[in-house]
Amino acid sequence: MELKNLTACEIVEKIKKREISAREVVKGYLQQIEKLDKKVSAFNAVFTEKALKRAEDIDKNGSSGLLAGLPIAIKDNICIKGEKTTCSSKILENYIAPYSATVIEKLKSEGAVIIGKTNMDEFAMGSSTENSAFFTTKNPWDLERIPGGSSGGSACSVASRMSPVSLGSDTGGSIRQPASLCGVAGIKPTYGRVSRYGLVAFASSLDQIGPFARNVEDSALILRAISGYDKKDSTSVDLPVDDYLTEIKKDIKGIKIGIPKEYFIEGVDKEVENSVKDSIKVFEKLGAQIKDVSLPHTKYAVSVYYIIAPSEASANLARYDGVRYGRRAESETLIEMYEKTRSAGFGNEVKRRIMLGTYTLSSGYYDAYYLKAQKVRTLIKNDFDEVFKDVDVILTPTSPSVAFKIGEKVADPLQMYLSDIFTISCNLAGICGISIPCGFSSNNMPIGLQLLGKPFDEKTILKVGYNFQKQTGYHLKTPNV
Amino acid sequence: MKITIKDVEYVAKLARLLLTEEEKMQYTKQLNAILEYMDELNKLDTSNVLPTSHAIEMKNVFREDEAKKSEEADDIINNAPEREDRFFKVKKVI
Repeated sequence: MELKNLTACEIVEKIKKREISAREVVKGYLQQIEKLDKKVSAFNAVFTEKALKRAEDIDKNGSSGLLAGLPIAIKDNICIKGEKTTCSSKILENYIAPYSATVIEKLKSEGAVIIGKTNMDEFAMGSSTENSAFFTTKNPWDLERIPGGSSGGSACSVASRMSPVSLGSDTGGSIRQPASLCGVAGIKPTYGRVSRYGLVAFASSLDQIGPFARNVEDSALILRAISGYDKKDSTSVDLPVDDYLTEIKKDIKGIKIGIPKEYFIEGVDKEVENSVKDSIKVFEKLGAQIKDVSLPHTKYAVSVYYIIAPSEASANLARYDGVRYGRRAESETLIEMYEKTRSAGFGNEVKRRIMLGTYTLSSGYYDAYYLKAQKVRTLIKNDFDEVFKDVDVILTPTSPSVAFKIGEKVADPLQMYLSDIFTISCNLAGICGISIPCGFSSNNMPIGLQLLGKPFDEKTILKVGYNFQKQTGYHLKTPNV
Repeated sequence: MKITIKDVEYVAKLARLLLTEEEKMQYTKQLNAILEYMDELNKLDTSNVLPTSHAIEMKNVFREDEAKKSEEADDIINNAPEREDRFFKVKKVI
């Protein structure tokens, strides 16, 4: 069997049994990057020497970890000590992280091999990876299309088989939407499940780190490795982490799946809607009970999100002033230094969100926008609490359309924001969600379905997704890049 | 609420951003479109709704206040655009 066709679980097993060496695996993936990244531009940095050395150490000393010898790519907003963390921005272009994120420490202690940092929308703001200050990542299914965003590089690296798994971050859908558009699995864990320590903050009450993988089983493996309480993150939650790999293999007879009518609306691509509706039939065949449900405040989610996220972002990005890190612009006075540094260092989308957030937080507008949004956030959260009294999982499309063409929505930020319409509510309510492939459009672009779960009930959405993948083969198709 | 170019200039000042004339025009137009879309929130009566700032219950997390040697201090200061010994250097403030 060819190396790139092995799943992450199979790779780990084969390395542990010494049927294959960690070096062979890492070298294989590095070669794949060498061959394909010229076309898709998923990586900001590749750690060739370090990754090979680490693989050799694992071969020599062995590893009892969950991820022994497994290559993994990391979104470039997660800190790795001694490496650049650029957030795909000019302002942090040369920033060397002085410490590692907790997820990185966890991955390393489980034996993973970090092979590179992946491209993203600058500071994770965007839905297409076109806002990277460096280059646009291409969708491996069609190089003229976007891979989704903001974790487009991480999604692309897995879809094009340049890494078996990767990490991304999801503030309003930045893992699930690119997973859907690239035809891979992407999970946003419940807020507090995975430590955010060492993740460059965008909107602190919404951000969460999560894995990309080719299938649900591999997602479960990585999520198990990175989850858990961390005393370095005050928003981390001290709850036991389920044994996802065992849990997912149970059947889903009798499980209740809710279909919210607000997610099947005008504007959703017909092919997307049909594929998602066909997948409901698969779940019925597997013994799930399908129920119609309602999340009445769904239509307000985009507005609420684009008040709360930029508000938090404008506060978080105040630290980029040219004093402690990042580039500094030449100037005569301190204020001039702040202004010139920030104006030259931030890209258009980041500036737009800082402006939006500063406005909605400013005196006179705080109540009308920010406080109002926080109240409607309560209504959105209450909708989910109500529905989850009746169902175990909610099923929706992940994205209203397949991947769009590069440049198509750049000039219209509102249209771009609407591409996250189905993923945003999950972050506002703090629940967990996964996107998995559920079909292909007539032009061979992947379509994703989203499964939303109760807080800290990742095992159920993973189980439902795993059972779907055992019945269907959408996740096995590879792009011809 | 209609945003004017003056509002954009004021907000840019608060945000410590210098905008070109072209950017000011662009942001005035785009922020108006975005905020107009957000005005739909006013259709909802939220007078009896409590705001949610975090989806999970938050509580203060405390640790012992102990002096420790920071192992990363040098790495942190190394990222500064300008430094002097163990200090960040900026333009004269006073």
